[in-house]
Amino acid sequence: MSVFEAIRLAWQGLLANRLRSSLTMLGILIGVGAVILLVAVGNGASVQVQNQVSALGSNIVYIYPASTRGAGGVSQGFGSGSTLTAADVAALNNPQAAPHIVTAIPVTQAAGNMTYQNQNWFAPMTGSTELFPQVRDYTMAEGAFFTADQVTANSKVVVIGKTVVDNLFQGQDPLGQQIKINRQSFTVIGVFASKGSAALGNQDNIAVVPITTAWTYLTGGRGKNITQIIIQATDANSVTAATQEATSILAGTHQVDPANPDFTTQSQQDILAAAGSITGTLTVLLGAIAAISLVVGGIGIMNIMLVTVTERTREIGIRKAIGARRRDILLQFLIESMVLSGLGGLLGIAAGWLISTQVSAIKLGTTSLPPPIVSLPSVFLAFGVSVGIGLFFGIYPANRAAALHPIEALRYE
Amino acid sequence: MPQPTPLLTLSGVTKVYQMGDIEVQALRGVDLSIDEGEFVAIMGASGSGKSTLMNLLGCLDQPTAGTYVLDGIDVADLVDDDLAVIRNRRIGFVFQSFNLIPRSTALHNVEMPLIYAGDTDLREERAMAALELVGLAERADHQPSELSGGQQQRVAIARALITEPAILLADEPTGNLDSESSIEIMTLLRRLNEEGRTVVLITHESDIAAFASRVVRLRDGHIISDERQVPRPIAGEAAEGGPQEKNPIEEPAQTAEVVS
Repeated sequence: MSVFEAIRLAWQGLLANRLRSSLTMLGILIGVGAVILLVAVGNGASVQVQNQVSALGSNIVYIYPASTRGAGGVSQGFGSGSTLTAADVAALNNPQAAPHIVTAIPVTQAAGNMTYQNQNWFAPMTGSTELFPQVRDYTMAEGAFFTADQVTANSKVVVIGKTVVDNLFQGQDPLGQQIKINRQSFTVIGVFASKGSAALGNQDNIAVVPITTAWTYLTGGRGKNITQIIIQATDANSVTAATQEATSILAGTHQVDPANPDFTTQSQQDILAAAGSITGTLTVLLGAIAAISLVVGGIGIMNIMLVTVTERTREIGIRKAIGARRRDILLQFLIESMVLSGLGGLLGIAAGWLISTQVSAIKLGTTSLPPPIVSLPSVFLAFGVSVGIGLFFGIYPANRAAALHPIEALRYE
Repeated sequence: MPQPTPLLTLSGVTKVYQMGDIEVQALRGVDLSIDEGEFVAIMGASGSGKSTLMNLLGCLDQPTAGTYVLDGIDVADLVDDDLAVIRNRRIGFVFQSFNLIPRSTALHNVEMPLIYAGDTDLREERAMAALELVGLAERADHQPSELSGGQQQRVAIARALITEPAILLADEPTGNLDSESSIEIMTLLRRLNEEGRTVVLITHESDIAAFASRVVRLRDGHIISDERQVPRPIAGEAAEGGPQEKNPIEEPAQTAEVVS
């Protein structure tokens, strides 16, 4: 008997019990649909996080002072040392020694309590140079960023992000207004265009002042402290080369072993990899939960196939009497369960896909779920797995049918 | 009359069933040979072993001891799947309860043995021809539930004939039919026999056995008689039968005493 004949027979068998076949299929449909949907949600979250990490600025490498080690080698924590200097920044901005580095900028950070009239707001204060928007990929919504002259002149000017504007100005135009930061008056000269909120912190809650100003008024007498140097590499592919160049230059200026430096480099790609492993775990977890319902659907198939075999014992006897061999009967019932699960799988893929297009409309409080992304491999995998489930859970019932003795099967009432 | 080659030979066949702790001797040494073209009725009361014999002849089961050679093949040594092939190619079954596949059309029921034979040549045409042979061509699209008992049995006969088997095995083919349909079916079997097909009929009714040209009687697992007879005339042949023939209805009536 050809496989085509077997499929025809299986199809007739399924049509004979339409309600039962559809309910059994529903089990697989829900399982496959859940896998498709939840994996898509996981993928969507992963892509969203990656976009947000990329939004931190393209092609950049952060250099932090290494954790200082006290006597006895006790680490005092990440960034607790203070080893980065303006001279390091100057050394990195050397196209001969570091051809893959476009520019390196110093950054100092401080806590900033801002007030405007009777409103106050807390945002991390960043002190940097006029190149900060270029390196961190910020664009201006209003006004302008401060200039090199303003950096040299210790100007008390500030550029703020959208979150700060919303909380401090309540709809008023912030440009040209005086705000107080740690009791010092600053003039708002620009507002950044929104970058959106990110899983890695709100990038619109930002206030940037010239680094010299920060040293003078905000960092509280810690001198010309540089908490990080941000390096912009020529492109995404030269991030590794730029990191190596920076490491060897700074090891030279600090006179330390490049294999055990007193600073730490972290590229955007490192962050992406870390974020990717978190969201990857999330996706696997969601998929695994959904897979449980797939197994339950498979057991439903096995159950129904056992009922079918018992019900059709006499038919099996007739088929054997007129010449069906073991494998003919086996094939008929195996294909029947595979058609059942494969069809359920196809419908489940369609259902999962359809629902995933609607998920981003669901609101959880104020935030919405990231738009799910159905990946093609997960579709093929889900279909393959559903057919495989039909095969796996169909083998036992089909084998039972094939092993029936023709005389006993014919006598069965 | 030239000696024809035996189509099937049973020699020293026994069959023992194990029912729990009890051994049941269904057949206790049966020797039987049937030639091509014969119409044999195997008779016996229930418990005589005739169903067991039918199962063995139909290769649905294998003897405990003894040999069974069908069409030159020693069946006793074969495994399940080989027996299935023999049933498919050389044996045509007609059962008491028709045993058609429900929810399949008459045509599909008839072509089913060809599907298992892997024989795809003109399958539908051949199935139609077989249905025509039993006079049911116009019912090809009907499902068994839409056919009368006699019609269902004729579909079953068409199914049995489709692979052109060496032997047609009919197990109480009229057991579930009214007398009119019974005569119809027996007439059909007789006609097929006259066209050269070997028919083995299992029955406990003497007036059905009367259609056969040879009657084998079984009791307690033994053959107690094996005699040739002049078959009962069927409708179209009544004139030829003539008065010189012994009344076929009477004859089985006598043997019925022997059996009971």
